[in-house]
Amino acid sequence: MKFTLSWLKEHLDTDASLETILVALNDIGLEVEGVENPAEKMAGFKVAKVLTADKHPQADKLQVLTVDPGDGNPLQVVCGAPNARAGLVGVFGVEGAVVPANGMVLKKAAIRGVESNGMMCSVRELELGEDHDGIIELPEDAPVGTSFADYAGLDDPVIDISITPNRQDCMGVRGVARDLAAKGLGTLNPLAQVYRMTGQAVATQGRGPDVRTDDTGGCPAFFAQSVSGVTNSVAPAWMAQKLKAIGQKPISCLVDITNFVMIDLGRPLHVYDKAKLSGGLVARKAKVGEEVLALNGKTYTLDETMTVIADDAHVHDIGGIMGGEDSGVSDATTDVIIECAYFTPEHIARTGQKLGLTSDARQRFERGVDPAFLDEGLAIATWLVTEHCGGTASEVTRAGDPGVAPRNLSYDPTLTLSLAGVDVDAAEQRTILERLGFEVGDDWTVAIPSWRRDIDGPADIVEEVVRIHGLDHVPSTPLPRAPGVAQPTATPEQKIERRARRAAAARGLNEAINWSFISEKEAASVGGGDWTLANPISEEMKVMRPSLLPGLLSAAQRNMDRGASLVRLFEIGRRYFRATDGSSDERLTLGLLMAGDKAPRSWADGKAAPFDAFDAKAEALALLEAAGAPVANLQMMGEAGDAYHPGQSGTLRLGPKNILAEYGVLHPSLVKAFDLSGTVVAAQLFLNAIPAKRKTGFMRAPYAPPALQAVTRDFAFIVPEDLEADSLVRTVKGADKKNIVDARLFDVFTGAGVEPGTKSLAVEVTLQPGDKSYTEDELFAISAAVVKAAEKLGGTLRG
Amino acid sequence: MTDIVALKAGLLADIGRADSLAQVEELRVGALGKQGAVTALLKTLGGMTPEERQSQGPVIHDLRESVTAAIADRKAALEQAALDEKLASEKLDMTLPVDIVPQGSVHPVSQVMDELAEIFADMGFAVATGPEIEDDWRNFTALNIPETHPARAMHDTFYFPDKDAEGCDMLLRTHTSPVQIRTMTSQEPPIRIIAPGRVYRSDSDATHTPMFHQIEGLVIDKGIHLGHLKWTLETFLKAFFERDDIVLRLRPSYFPFTEPSVEIDVGYTIEKGQRVIGGSGDAPDGGWMEVLGSGMVHRRVIENCGLNPDEWQGFAFGTGVDRLAMLKYGMNDLRAFFDGDLRWLRHYGFSALDVPTLSGGVGA
Repeated sequence: MKFTLSWLKEHLDTDASLETILVALNDIGLEVEGVENPAEKMAGFKVAKVLTADKHPQADKLQVLTVDPGDGNPLQVVCGAPNARAGLVGVFGVEGAVVPANGMVLKKAAIRGVESNGMMCSVRELELGEDHDGIIELPEDAPVGTSFADYAGLDDPVIDISITPNRQDCMGVRGVARDLAAKGLGTLNPLAQVYRMTGQAVATQGRGPDVRTDDTGGCPAFFAQSVSGVTNSVAPAWMAQKLKAIGQKPISCLVDITNFVMIDLGRPLHVYDKAKLSGGLVARKAKVGEEVLALNGKTYTLDETMTVIADDAHVHDIGGIMGGEDSGVSDATTDVIIECAYFTPEHIARTGQKLGLTSDARQRFERGVDPAFLDEGLAIATWLVTEHCGGTASEVTRAGDPGVAPRNLSYDPTLTLSLAGVDVDAAEQRTILERLGFEVGDDWTVAIPSWRRDIDGPADIVEEVVRIHGLDHVPSTPLPRAPGVAQPTATPEQKIERRARRAAAARGLNEAINWSFISEKEAASVGGGDWTLANPISEEMKVMRPSLLPGLLSAAQRNMDRGASLVRLFEIGRRYFRATDGSSDERLTLGLLMAGDKAPRSWADGKAAPFDAFDAKAEALALLEAAGAPVANLQMMGEAGDAYHPGQSGTLRLGPKNILAEYGVLHPSLVKAFDLSGTVVAAQLFLNAIPAKRKTGFMRAPYAPPALQAVTRDFAFIVPEDLEADSLVRTVKGADKKNIVDARLFDVFTGAGVEPGTKSLAVEVTLQPGDKSYTEDELFAISAAVVKAAEKLGGTLRG
Repeated sequence: MTDIVALKAGLLADIGRADSLAQVEELRVGALGKQGAVTALLKTLGGMTPEERQSQGPVIHDLRESVTAAIADRKAALEQAALDEKLASEKLDMTLPVDIVPQGSVHPVSQVMDELAEIFADMGFAVATGPEIEDDWRNFTALNIPETHPARAMHDTFYFPDKDAEGCDMLLRTHTSPVQIRTMTSQEPPIRIIAPGRVYRSDSDATHTPMFHQIEGLVIDKGIHLGHLKWTLETFLKAFFERDDIVLRLRPSYFPFTEPSVEIDVGYTIEKGQRVIGGSGDAPDGGWMEVLGSGMVHRRVIENCGLNPDEWQGFAFGTGVDRLAMLKYGMNDLRAFFDGDLRWLRHYGFSALDVPTLSGGVGA
């Protein structure tokens, strides 16, 4: 909310400096967003008089002026304004002044061969309006030589504060003044003094306007007064100047009065042109499909939940949010109805949200205006109208009741210490509360002022006391600390995540964070998502991802478009599924993707190498191992899903159902859908499926390295071509569990010497003797067992 | 006698002149082989009188030893020369580059989350998590956010058309605060947790992204007050920025789930055109910037979680993790956090070995 320093001082009798006021505003929770003094931009601009005006010798459209800047030394100025003439009093920018509109520094210069010292300014050049047809013309008696900012009353800092949603009372200058007075920065002037109202009420004549409320839920109170015989010209200068200073364009006297009262007192009003109404006004629920052309020029279609003000024929106001164009006041308006109503905050909020319509009135009503201020608000408005537009006021019609039940709560002043940690003297607490408008009983029963809808418990009173007393008095108090060093806090899942992340980075993968939502098309390419947003920000961000692959593919594609030759990306994040009970089932997953040149061209071997499925498998195994998965027990199976090349992908499982990882070459059509080319390999590790390690203490299983050296034996088997190598290796390894400690495939061969439909697999078997070396017989028996095991898979020892 | 002297001189001269291992071997066979000249002399020893042997023996043995040593020396010298020549021929251009090993990196958001976990663990806070797809009770209602609060509007919050088993609207959590509710409804106080994670708001411009990261803190205990909150945040910020001159400014504010509510500003100074956290915001080159929202947990929130607010009270705070990362490490574009640009990731990312520790410092 914006206001000027002088405006604030209408309500607050203070000699505090601007600096003190700004600090106090921040301290009490009215955050200063900005402060600007328009006069600072006007340095070097003076009231000056044109003494002579002659034609420029070289240019038809220019004149050469002699300008008196007030110091008795007239200056020669070249000017292009058609209205420049001898005798004109205007605004002159001296050499060195900076033109507010364009930042130009005024310098002595020759214009078409004639020397010019400074500039006579237009309204637009000084950012005072849009007019640029000529230079500013001031009244002839304007004091030549004085600073223009002083003359125009611009030396008045504009303060912009942000108001938290609970403080409707500070959405009027008076509320801000009240808070500052409570802080001890001065005293609050009586309202009648601020408005220079004479002691007597405005004389009234005749019955009040015909208004009623049929919707006491949305509009509990509708107070109104008519004024007949008004002249709606321009607002008084003091009012227009205040409104202009905060960026509100003056419109007409009646409209400006409603805007002024709203900003000054936080009390929105509406004025109807009585001539444009047929019959009385009623606050009622809108009919479904009813339309209204609002003052912003847009037509809104209403529904039955919205409160409107209507006459017999039309809707004239979206209650508490925006008036209608049809019954708005104009220059020709003579008779008006002034509305001062109370709209229920929740209704206003809902209607405003549904219509997507914000306004200054809505902001105030939806936060809850002072329900006890209808009569006074209306009286002030009527006073201003009769004072500045003339006319005769009617009596006041009061339809409904705003509901001003007194609200009390019992407070204990020691709460300030126990909740805020700051000891504030009870007497000081009482003073603070009373200055804020609370009434405090001897027994600390606190009556809440009608304008403080936000106060509903003792903690709120603590907040009031502490914010005025000063939060800087809250002492920094250490939290109690458990004895000893800090205890570990990470959960097993957090440890898995951390280890997987750092292992991936150590293996040369770069961690990205991709959006959790993807497009429907992308989701469909990985099997479809369970959760689709009702109100996505774009079609690209609509479905909660069931896979990390689309995000990685998009990121890879962006990098390739930027000229990357190698992409190695990973992400740790959740995949989103729906549990059977409708709740969210979010599974922590590590996705990785590698594309481009696995190794760049090099002087050693010339060609760049592409990735293959085993690169993805290697990453998957290494990262699972780092994350603590029992890698030696994993089964290698297929069915990695449609995202992968059907023949170059696989899964790693712990038991047939628990998939810990999928990996492989991505399906060429998926790669193409993301505008990528070449072989792209990827993997997903399902971190949530990794079993947590059982806590067994720090002691390792006892171990001493065997005394005797291990021996190796090589076996080559001819096996059916479709036999998976892993099953042969596992079988061989299991052939003699006592002696065989490892089996490793070291050759795969098809071709010359190997029958079609078969292949040769060579396995190196490691044998670990116990306390005695193997005899020839023992080695023969182990070999026989290995061969026999391989035979069960259809393998024969290669001769 | 003179024959032996002459033989020795001749043999040694020949060995010294030999310029190949083959020649040396030929000389060895000629001198020390079965038919060799020296061997022949050795054989004569057996037929000598003791007197002859006493005078001739040492001379002949000396001859044998000298020749043997000379052959070994010559052989070693020739081998060394051959090796030197071979090595000289194997010279490589050692300025040739080595193979490029790809350098991985940890995302700044992950790094900062690890830093936060480390700092808060020392203050006794565990890391709690919750789902990102939440119900409106935990995201709003339980946090004392009224039905008509603007944050609930479709233009701020992402909703799903689905409802959960209790009939609550499902949405993307707009803050990490629902983790407060999940913690208080599932765990007996005293509670000290932080809850970092992804949050979502329907907002996208130069400084806002529809997805970002927050961290929430919650302490529920007996006798906890605003002073503890102030100390906790002061201590945290000092540890995080590794500066002792952190100055906080507390400003009254408003959040539906805390009362009193306090906004936390931290002082900064401008150094080389960048805001650097530290010092008083009121200093000549200084300013204040909002870094955290916080307050004492509203008694209605405590009640909503089934706890007795007359017995338990505490504080909560929240801030943006991305923002903390930006303030500490100097990135200035939030959108780049979620773009996956490898150049950016390599520049602003962290090494796998930069594990934050208290002894090594949490910053890297």
